[in-house]
Amino acid sequence: MPIKSEPVEVNIGPQHPSTHGVFRMVAMIDGERITDVKMIVGYLHRSMEKLAEERTYTQNIPFTDRMDYLAAMTSNLGYCLSVEKLAGIDVPERAQVLRVIFAELQRIASHCMATGAFINDCGAWQTPVMYTFRDREKVLDLFEMTCGARITTNYMRIGGVAFDVPDEFLPALDMLINDDLPFRFEEYDQLLVGNEIILMRARDVGVVSPEMAINASLSGPMLRSAGIAWDLRKADPYSGYDQYTFEIPVGYNGDSYDRMVIRIEEMKQSLRIIRQAVHILPGGPHKTEVPLAIRPPAGEAYSRVESPKGEVGFYVVSDGGAAPYRWHVRAPSLINLSVLKEMTVGQTIADAIVTLGSIDINVGEVDR
Amino acid sequence: MPHAATVMLAGATVAERIRAAVPDAVREVAPQWVVLEPSAAFEAMAAVRDDELLDGKYLVELCSVDQITRIDVVYHIASLAQNHLFELKVPADHEHPEVPSVTPLWVGATLQEREVYDLMGVRFPGHPELTRLFLWDSFPGHPLRKDFLALPGGQKAGLSQFPKQIVGETGGEFRPRRPGTGE
Repeated sequence: MPIKSEPVEVNIGPQHPSTHGVFRMVAMIDGERITDVKMIVGYLHRSMEKLAEERTYTQNIPFTDRMDYLAAMTSNLGYCLSVEKLAGIDVPERAQVLRVIFAELQRIASHCMATGAFINDCGAWQTPVMYTFRDREKVLDLFEMTCGARITTNYMRIGGVAFDVPDEFLPALDMLINDDLPFRFEEYDQLLVGNEIILMRARDVGVVSPEMAINASLSGPMLRSAGIAWDLRKADPYSGYDQYTFEIPVGYNGDSYDRMVIRIEEMKQSLRIIRQAVHILPGGPHKTEVPLAIRPPAGEAYSRVESPKGEVGFYVVSDGGAAPYRWHVRAPSLINLSVLKEMTVGQTIADAIVTLGSIDINVGEVDR
Repeated sequence: MPHAATVMLAGATVAERIRAAVPDAVREVAPQWVVLEPSAAFEAMAAVRDDELLDGKYLVELCSVDQITRIDVVYHIASLAQNHLFELKVPADHEHPEVPSVTPLWVGATLQEREVYDLMGVRFPGHPELTRLFLWDSFPGHPLRKDFLALPGGQKAGLSQFPKQIVGETGGEFRPRRPGTGE
């Protein structure tokens, strides 16, 4: 005789360790399987796009820190690039290379966090996070050394970067990228990639097909895990990324495991880029002189960068004034959630947590 | 053959391809973008997505801009295979903005259309679940509109006039700033 089951509503979040912030998910389950998922966001909405219309272009840079607070440097960079594009401001060579160094360091820090939190979601409670946080902390020390802040760095400026690096920075960076991190990443390989427990836990969980990935505008590791080699650093080079040699790690199955492996591989590629950038770091000024209140000509610009989460795009409309007329952010964390329902329906709750962890959302960026 | 770096397609190129598929869809051609007729916008988007040359399979982003007399919904559409990007705009009435939903074409528009509805008040007929995304359901007005004010001084949400014109009448104890002019 078949067992009859009744649908049950399970609320996950907003205060739940697995939801990476204040993300809320309401799952309908029938027996063990999820039949419907509803996401509820907005607990961290700070109306940045509205606030930005009342502030000058430079005053808006700290907002970008607080969007993706795990990857403040890349958000800073994307915003500055859009204003530079709109106002036609040139960036000195040294600033370009410094921007690349810090963006790639930020990618390592963010992917460390993502990998650790993902393993956490897989059930290895807290221990792997401590390992990845140990390495992330070393990157954040370099940020602190340069701009005084660890998380909300506010480092990029329109026309360059806020400060030149101190004298101790390059030796410390050299030690980090040549002596420290390569061995740590080898540890990750030994501990995580090919680990049978993680393979069993994350293989074929949260699968996205390539067609779905494109149709749902996914970006970053989500898109690349489905086998599409799309990286804006290669496809739409900014800040001189075309002069560095690196590869785009691509997955095959589009599952959670692939996304984890892609993140670990991307960290190694980031090290490669930083090594080349340190090698070619030229002298000269770190910032172009720009007026305190920049008034770009009336018009609009869309510029995008590859952040650790995906494509961060900034659409800036100017009416010729000192504040943007309209400022829209394409948030990869929000758009990557478009497929949450498709990915999780049919799974168990435990697998849905793994899937959500592998998307690597940041609620600060989802809600803005 | 994909471009080495993303190419922004000129409005005229895009308009020509759209006109070939849907004759009446183009309202205006700018150097960088194409303005579509709202009534034929959905057909034009479908044509753009399936067109061989434009190949707009990837909706990069969707947002809206309040232009005081109208609301523009802006679409950035890309082709990953050919590595180009182009921009379409659909104007909507300022009082009752309505633009056909593109969710049947691109799943990625689902949350972005909800965001535009929430913050700018544009309705998207054809959207499976058009509810507020960030704000709570009883929130008054749509804050990203230029005439939205939830500030002291007697100003209310949903004013149809731009606040700058009302300053003199309210006696000036509260002077809203006009965004972008520094006034």
